[in-house]
Amino acid sequence: MHDLIESFLPELANPILDKLDDSAVFEASGRLAFTTDSYTVNPLFFPGGDIGRLAVCGTVNDLAMSGAKPLYLSLAFIIEEGLPVAELKKIIISIKKATEEASVKIVTGDTKVVNQGSADKIFINTAGVGIVPEGVDISAANARPGDKIIVSGNIGDHGVAVLSQREGLKFNTPVPSDCAPLNRLVADILATSKKIHCMRDPTRGGLATTLNDFAQQSNVGIRIIEDKIPVDKAVLAACELLGLDPLYIANEGKLAAAIAPEDAGLILATMKRNRYGGKAAIIGEVVEEHPGQVVMKTSLGASRIIDMPVGELLPRIC
Amino acid sequence: MKYVNEYRDPELGKKLLEKIKRDSHKHIRLMEFCGGHTVAIFKHGLRQLLPSNIEMLSGPGCPVCVTASTDLDRAIAMGKLPNVIITSFGDMVRVPGSSCSLQKAKAEGADVRIVYSAQDALKIAQENPKKSIIFIGIGFETTAPTIAASILQAEQEKIKNYYVLSLHKVCPPIMKAILDLGEVKLDGIICPGHVSAIIGARPYQFLPDDYHIACAISGFEPVDILLAVDSLVEQIESGQPRVDITYRRGVKEEGNEAALRLMEKVFEIGEADWRGIGIVPESGLKIRPEYEKFDAAKNFKVKIGPGREPKGCICGAVLRGVSTPLECKLFRVTCTPERPIGPCMVSSEGSCATYYEYGGRKTNR
Amino acid sequence: MCLAIPALIKSIDGQQAVADIEGVTRDISLQLTPEAKVGDYVLLHTGYAISVIDAEEAAETLKLLREMAEAG
Repeated sequence: MHDLIESFLPELANPILDKLDDSAVFEASGRLAFTTDSYTVNPLFFPGGDIGRLAVCGTVNDLAMSGAKPLYLSLAFIIEEGLPVAELKKIIISIKKATEEASVKIVTGDTKVVNQGSADKIFINTAGVGIVPEGVDISAANARPGDKIIVSGNIGDHGVAVLSQREGLKFNTPVPSDCAPLNRLVADILATSKKIHCMRDPTRGGLATTLNDFAQQSNVGIRIIEDKIPVDKAVLAACELLGLDPLYIANEGKLAAAIAPEDAGLILATMKRNRYGGKAAIIGEVVEEHPGQVVMKTSLGASRIIDMPVGELLPRIC
Repeated sequence: MKYVNEYRDPELGKKLLEKIKRDSHKHIRLMEFCGGHTVAIFKHGLRQLLPSNIEMLSGPGCPVCVTASTDLDRAIAMGKLPNVIITSFGDMVRVPGSSCSLQKAKAEGADVRIVYSAQDALKIAQENPKKSIIFIGIGFETTAPTIAASILQAEQEKIKNYYVLSLHKVCPPIMKAILDLGEVKLDGIICPGHVSAIIGARPYQFLPDDYHIACAISGFEPVDILLAVDSLVEQIESGQPRVDITYRRGVKEEGNEAALRLMEKVFEIGEADWRGIGIVPESGLKIRPEYEKFDAAKNFKVKIGPGREPKGCICGAVLRGVSTPLECKLFRVTCTPERPIGPCMVSSEGSCATYYEYGGRKTNR
Repeated sequence: MCLAIPALIKSIDGQQAVADIEGVTRDISLQLTPEAKVGDYVLLHTGYAISVIDAEEAAETLKLLREMAEAG
């Protein structure tokens, strides 16, 4: 156990972690944001990422979605006996790279090894702390009629990349997972305008879930336009192949937001200049009608309700 | 996507709708037989866009929905046998049998794996020589030939641990059975496009000939479906029903002869138990005795109790086109996609799931 | 009835082929469509080609549709 920890410490070295105290002690003042998530993705490695990168970006993004500047993460592993050391090493290097890109530090951690069968190769938990700047008040309950709905880029990339590696489904996708830290993108957005009412990264359950959350928690209606939703044509093809809808597929490097209409143009321009916002698009708006519901105008001009996802997404034959 | 996007062209769609509105005067009832069509119609909002004198009913063409509880119970029981790996299409795993589902069985320790293709199941069989791989064969004539092909491949490659539980069913007999029940009066049927890619147009000829029902074999994009509705309107208004292939790029009059031969080689027709409808003679596919060694039903004996249908569930009536999900007391109340009671809610293209997902809150005809 | 999507045959090896849909590729079986050639589009259902798409018929259908659209 000690060997394992010793072997990866050098990769993640920083003054707080190096102390190896029971707790990481640091100064922080202001409004703090605090979040945690556990990562159990299968397979561990997929085009564009792996469980390590996911574990860092997921938690960094949860902090960023509150408008916080992410500072420190904790990192805990539960490892199934027998996991090849080479795989663990790869994951740790990936974590290191992700923390560097996001400019966050891992300041405390834990490792447990459990018997074969008690965990599925490796589970990772990360918790994160960040500081929310003054004047920023982002919540799913803050959307108001007139707000524009914006997404930062193509949807569905991550889910499709992961599915492509699953036994029984294997196919080759030219589109890698979009797994990425969005804190810089969010910082850029907030520097342009603080009128961000709602913001979330549409992970499990996809964009449909996030928009439904906004609609329900703010008690407003949301109208989106099918033709404006950015989707890579290969992702669309993979969805057609499996009988899935990109609206319900997980993203790990995208955000969706409800923003004040007067700043929408500026915010869009800012996002497009960021490496993770190049394909940003305004896809709809918040309305007073049908509160709690998301309605999409289809290419043919009909309206269709986009409900919360129906259970686990299963590839279908029919 | 080629051969897809062109048939989603909103301009063409709008023009077809205008033509349908112009040409359609009578009040008519059309059934889209196939679950895939039900989904496409809802997804593109076609029910809203069609004129109100055209009534659309959903049919039983959802192979997941019509799998009998007892057949599902049998699959689950096989999954609980030692050294068995159940492989199944994704659609099936959440469907509730009498008391369990494949997914629940998996949570309780059964080895259940979702596959996209029968070839993936064959691969699993090759990689697990000490286990028995049972493939749950559901689907109509689109899928049955692929399963037949997988059995022939297993034979050729000497894969000895691959088995199929054939729950396959065929379409034309069930169409006849529903019409003979006399519960629904139909003027036209949108016939399943991909089933027809295999069986061609001739098997539907009895519909105009004996029942005076118009038929259009349709593709799955909105323009395809509107083209089919347009054909049905024309046939009905002129009083000259026939079988019209509007999905010309995918369907030939004679169907796919290579696929039909494979199906013939491996399967024979027998009776089948259709959930919500009952036993329908000559509507199911059984593995022929020559391929018995691949037949899960012959090689794995399991004991199952009598099938149970949940109380209050009207999936049967929905499948026969007699009721819509909106008339079910359980719909949206106790029966939801998260906690489905009947098969029509679980299957992603079952009527109830479709109504739920795509706007069953308002009355949608 | 079932989900089948048009895919391009990129290469053939015996009864197997590589199918491509907008860059997504997968190994598929041509057991049901032995006549399929490289460059053909097929309808792909659960990893098997069930029919070779008739390009001429497709073009003809679109032509008729567009004529109808112009006339209407």
